[in-house]
Amino acid sequence: MFASIVSYGLAVGAVYALIGITYNVMFSASRVFSFTAGMLGMLGGVLGALFINKMGMNAALAFVLVMAAGAVFGVVTEILTVRPVLKSIEQHLYVLSTLAFALMVQQVTAIEWGTEAQPFPVLVPIDPNSALGLIDQKFWLPVLACIVTIVGLELLYRRTLIGRAFLAIAEDSYAARALGLPETRLRLASYAIAGMIGALAGFTGAQMLLAYFGNQAILNFYGFVPVALGGMGSNRGAVIGGLALGLFQQAANFLVGGIFASVAVFAVFIVVLLLRPEGLAGAAAARRV
Amino acid sequence: MTDATAPASTAKAPAGLLGRLEGSWSWIALGLAGLLLPLLDDSYFGVIAQRAYIYWILGAGLNLVVGYAGQIAIGWVAMLTLGAYTTAALAAGRVGGVEWHPYLALIAGGAMGAVFGVIVGLPALRLRTFYFAMTTLGFATIVTQVALAWKDVTGGGVGTPGPVFPWPFEPGWGFYYFCFILAALATWITANIGSSRYGRALVAIRDAEVAAEASGIAKPKLLVLIFLLAGALGGIAGGLFSSLQSYITPDAFTFEMSVLFFIGILIGGRGSILGPALGTIILTVLPEFAAPLVQWSTFLYAALLLVIVLVIPGGIADLLDYKNRRPLEQHREIVPRVELLSRVLDAKGGPSIITLAKIALHFGGVRAIDGLDLEIRSGEVHGLIGPNGSGKTTTLNVISGYYRPNAGQLKLNGVDLPFDRPHARAGYRIARTFQTPRLVGGASVLENVMIGGTIDGSGSFAESMLALPRHRRDEKRLKEAATRSLATVGLESLADVRADRLQHSELRFMEIARALMLRPAFLLLDEPAAGLSAEEIRRLGALIKAISREGTGVLLVEHHADLIFDICDRVTVLNLGKTLAAGTPAEIRSHREVVSAYLGA
Repeated sequence: MFASIVSYGLAVGAVYALIGITYNVMFSASRVFSFTAGMLGMLGGVLGALFINKMGMNAALAFVLVMAAGAVFGVVTEILTVRPVLKSIEQHLYVLSTLAFALMVQQVTAIEWGTEAQPFPVLVPIDPNSALGLIDQKFWLPVLACIVTIVGLELLYRRTLIGRAFLAIAEDSYAARALGLPETRLRLASYAIAGMIGALAGFTGAQMLLAYFGNQAILNFYGFVPVALGGMGSNRGAVIGGLALGLFQQAANFLVGGIFASVAVFAVFIVVLLLRPEGLAGAAAARRV
Repeated sequence: MTDATAPASTAKAPAGLLGRLEGSWSWIALGLAGLLLPLLDDSYFGVIAQRAYIYWILGAGLNLVVGYAGQIAIGWVAMLTLGAYTTAALAAGRVGGVEWHPYLALIAGGAMGAVFGVIVGLPALRLRTFYFAMTTLGFATIVTQVALAWKDVTGGGVGTPGPVFPWPFEPGWGFYYFCFILAALATWITANIGSSRYGRALVAIRDAEVAAEASGIAKPKLLVLIFLLAGALGGIAGGLFSSLQSYITPDAFTFEMSVLFFIGILIGGRGSILGPALGTIILTVLPEFAAPLVQWSTFLYAALLLVIVLVIPGGIADLLDYKNRRPLEQHREIVPRVELLSRVLDAKGGPSIITLAKIALHFGGVRAIDGLDLEIRSGEVHGLIGPNGSGKTTTLNVISGYYRPNAGQLKLNGVDLPFDRPHARAGYRIARTFQTPRLVGGASVLENVMIGGTIDGSGSFAESMLALPRHRRDEKRLKEAATRSLATVGLESLADVRADRLQHSELRFMEIARALMLRPAFLLLDEPAAGLSAEEIRRLGALIKAISREGTGVLLVEHHADLIFDICDRVTVLNLGKTLAAGTPAEIRSHREVVSAYLGA
């Protein structure tokens, strides 16, 4: 039982962490929390199942296409729902515009794909009796995806010029613009990257979570919890928070049942928000009067 | 040139009456239609209308949360779910084995909604909007999961029968009138709140939070009351819904419903009651007449939401606001009438004094204030000048409680003033204005000024809900005081104009009028002359001077040296957070360092 709590918990936690990073990447580029993070995760699973199961593509091609689709959805999010409302960011109109877009996509999925959860194919052909097959791939795939994403983002941000430009925008977009950085294009690129990360989360996690339109709401919330706990914009916080959330949820699931698990997560979420609004790892921002 | 503003006092009465009639005509028409609908004797229409009423009972409460307080509660369907299951489970005797009377069970449903309305609302008291949106979304998800899993009480996926209300509201038209009456009641209550000082305070928190705090509005307390009310209405709507459905399963409470409630309000427009009511009714009824579209209804609602947000953020109410499209007079003058001040301020209590002793405040490594001593006395204008970044506004923010200094003391008549509670300053009669005017753009100038007197009402929230006499007295008094205050600063002809149509200089005077509503013992002015013409500065100076002569202590942060030297009794010059010089204007003017560093030779 312990083994299954840990393996399942870490795997689900990795998916939450990836969705949390999706939130963060979009937030860093635009100061916008977008409701499309969960949508991207949902699409990763549904599109993957569509390409492989329904259209008969091989896993590698499907993966590339899903990533491309994620990037496209990210770009559309930016153009359609973020850019027009950035000027009035204080009014929080982005909450509504991104939510509206996410709901439209979800509803189209529900109608065209169906409201039943559908199975997701095995991606990597491994002999279950071999050494590699010791742990089911549905558990290690999301964890691997999470590691790759973290390392990739770290390399991008620290080692490349364009990555540093991303950081500059996140730190102070006015100053970055004054330096001549193409803020709009960088923001667009960030949303494309976020789209790919979200889709990756859904694609690698779908053997476990299935290809299901309802994953959108679940991932939206459980992917946001690590961000709220770990501090906005902190990817490290999102990973630690995501993994902890996954483990806690599975432990509670096995030990005391599902109702308690979700109620407990919600209670922890509210209590932490009330006691440490800036997140467990974040620093409080000075208030402007 | 139009005569829109000059004879405003004569034009106001008929316009106001007409406006009121317009407003009530729509309600009377809606009410008559609702009362007479049973004459059609068509049970199909009856059921649709009942659903619309039930949705609006929830929507009316949600409207206060979304439309007035500006909190994005996207998962409020959870209150409907909670109320429905509470009422149904209690009435069916699934809890404790006792079958509750249906009406009692309905009340319990409302109570359940109220409790969880507050719990879900807690993050909104401190955090930015997105967290609250997410909390309500998460809560809605979890409530459905619990409803599925807690089979003993909810029947799980199989569901549970809803209650049947006995006489006088038995199923059929009896139940129809029950829903109708409750919907009318919900409308009336929320409209009362909306037009009360609580409603104005909610809007002020939404659009000008710091100004609301400076006026003594405690955001957490007010929001808790609103969440309580909105949750209770949602719970009651849920109880009625379970009876209307006659059998409820978790499937009945989709997130789509939440979207419907939410969009109904946004279509109607923020800060309106009629608009959201119509929006909710239309969205409930529309799918019934467009059957092929039902499958796509959520998609269309969401698309509608996107269009509203991107194209008409103000909703229908804004589109129909013809009154505020009439052009204003082009060349307006602000002529304060200082002779009215004695009635506005009615200074009581003896002379008092605010003392700052060795106040120090740093942000990280920056020493914004570095050991400052300052005294502000009743009846005096104290000027605070200095170059940019010398700590003037920071000093003002320390006095008004926004910043907690790292060291030093702040006392009023020898007693420590508390920090971190800026809304408590109004109780000490310390009022302030802001460097950038903080206003509720969508509200009238008069309403903006009335916000300043929020703490002077005596009626409770419950009294305002039911429009009891004390509430009406409060409203009358606040309105009179605000009118007087506006007349004093010279803006009474603009009382009914939307505040965001005013010129910059007029907004500065409006902020002073709002501050005067507190009958301040101390008035802190943050660069009130910025952006004013020379003539306006002269009038402003006379007004400030007159205010101080009524016994109010004024702290004037300013860059205009002429204004400072004209009206100040005492001047303190700051540089790098320290006092460079202090004394009478004459002393400062001849102070060598000040002249060379700041005033120029």
